[in-house]
Amino acid sequence: MLTTNFILVLVVLTNLKLLGSSRLGASIRVVAAQGVILGFLPVLAHWHELSLHFALLAVGTVVIKGVVFPWFLFRAVREAEVTREIEPYVGYVASLVSGVLALGVSFWMCTRLPMPEDIASPWLAPVAFFSIFAGLFLIVSRKRAVNQVLGFLVLENGIYTFGVGVAARTPLLVEAGVLLDVFVAVFVMGITIFHINREFDHIDVDRLSTLKDS
Amino acid sequence: MSFIPLLLALVLSPLLFGVINRTKAFFAGRRGQPLLQTYFDMWKLLHKGAVYSRTTTWIFRAGPMVGLAATLMAATLVPLGNFPALVAFPADFLLFAGLLGLMRFFTVAAALDTGSSFEGMGASREVFFSALTEPALLVALATLARQTGQLSLSAMLEPVSAAHWLQSGPVLALVVIALLIILLAENARIPVDDPNTHLELTMIHEVMVLDHGGPDFAFILYSSALKLWLFAALVVGIVAPATGNAWWNLLLATGGMFVVAVVVGVIESIMARLRLVVVPQLLVGAGALAAVAFLLGLI
Repeated sequence: MLTTNFILVLVVLTNLKLLGSSRLGASIRVVAAQGVILGFLPVLAHWHELSLHFALLAVGTVVIKGVVFPWFLFRAVREAEVTREIEPYVGYVASLVSGVLALGVSFWMCTRLPMPEDIASPWLAPVAFFSIFAGLFLIVSRKRAVNQVLGFLVLENGIYTFGVGVAARTPLLVEAGVLLDVFVAVFVMGITIFHINREFDHIDVDRLSTLKDS
Repeated sequence: MSFIPLLLALVLSPLLFGVINRTKAFFAGRRGQPLLQTYFDMWKLLHKGAVYSRTTTWIFRAGPMVGLAATLMAATLVPLGNFPALVAFPADFLLFAGLLGLMRFFTVAAALDTGSSFEGMGASREVFFSALTEPALLVALATLARQTGQLSLSAMLEPVSAAHWLQSGPVLALVVIALLIILLAENARIPVDDPNTHLELTMIHEVMVLDHGGPDFAFILYSSALKLWLFAALVVGIVAPATGNAWWNLLLATGGMFVVAVVVGVIESIMARLRLVVVPQLLVGAGALAAVAFLLGLI
């Protein structure tokens, strides 16, 4: 219980850190750390009924989110030669304040939702919703394509948190399928970022709308 | 026995500066000034005369005195160990924040009264940053009130047991971190302001007191020492463990104050001062931590 809560607090703090940071390298590391922390969540949330299922899920999550994704993204950042988000649509202080507001909304929302009895921690559902909101916010408020991929990953982490805590009986196949989907998505996005950069010399998505055939 | 926290604050608070300076000297490989240097400085300043510019009014002379008076009143509200504060009533933490605000208002007013452009700049920065730290402080204290179910500082800051930390550890840890950042910002310590700087362009707190001298400056020195002591007492009040004996608790809490001073010294030694444009981000971050703690404590 205490360790689960501790992990959830760390997830909240990593999300806030992402909302307030401009360096892409640091953001990638934070998302990797969040993935590794979340990898331990199924093991800790179901400690008394630990099975091969949860162990495999934890190992798979840690390897994919903690090693493979950061490697892809660092490669994309290195190829594109960008180190920081210069001018996001929403500033960093405003992003932090919005993050806190989103956390408040998540907590309010979860008091109105019917929750299963055996949920691992009362904070689990609000934190999961907060991750989803933070991910969506990152996608709409940042210009760099890498940051938008990170937002997508945070969004997926939120869904994963919710799934681990609420639906303890999810079949392994479904979880593996979700993980594979995300893996393919990040793979494709990494290649896309590389190609965008090679064609247009920048990865700011707002400039893509001004393309013309010439 | 409720006069003990106030007495300790009055006698020991200048020692905190000595401990911080010794810690910084240790990191820099120097011997450092004597631990009692702040007392010597105050003694020296009290025996000097004061010089007042002809352009200043009574506000300039009132600033340090009102500041010291407000800080002394705030000191009567803060407990230490098991001993309650001299004055304790429900919602006294609002008065605590208000008195510190009054102190700041008069420091700023006295700085503006000199008409110096540098002092106006420092006053502007001080007010801007405190507009960000005050909400953070109030939210942090509200979280504590919510967690303990008490509304008075004396009841909120009683030594907590290990069971309490096990129950709401993450919330308390967030509050402690937020309060530490607020302590550094409110007392003009390094990530926000450099207490040793001698370049007016970068100063915040020190620039506002440039024109004060003699006994007035001694008052300012003493009230800033007291202010540091009070904020450290808030942090120690949450962290200090409870033992069976009230006197042991007091000893632990007093020792904790100097541990906080060492922590501040270590932070000052290993961190550089933040750029002015980044400071608001740090302070909003402290407010965000306090708000997260408050929300987590609701469920």
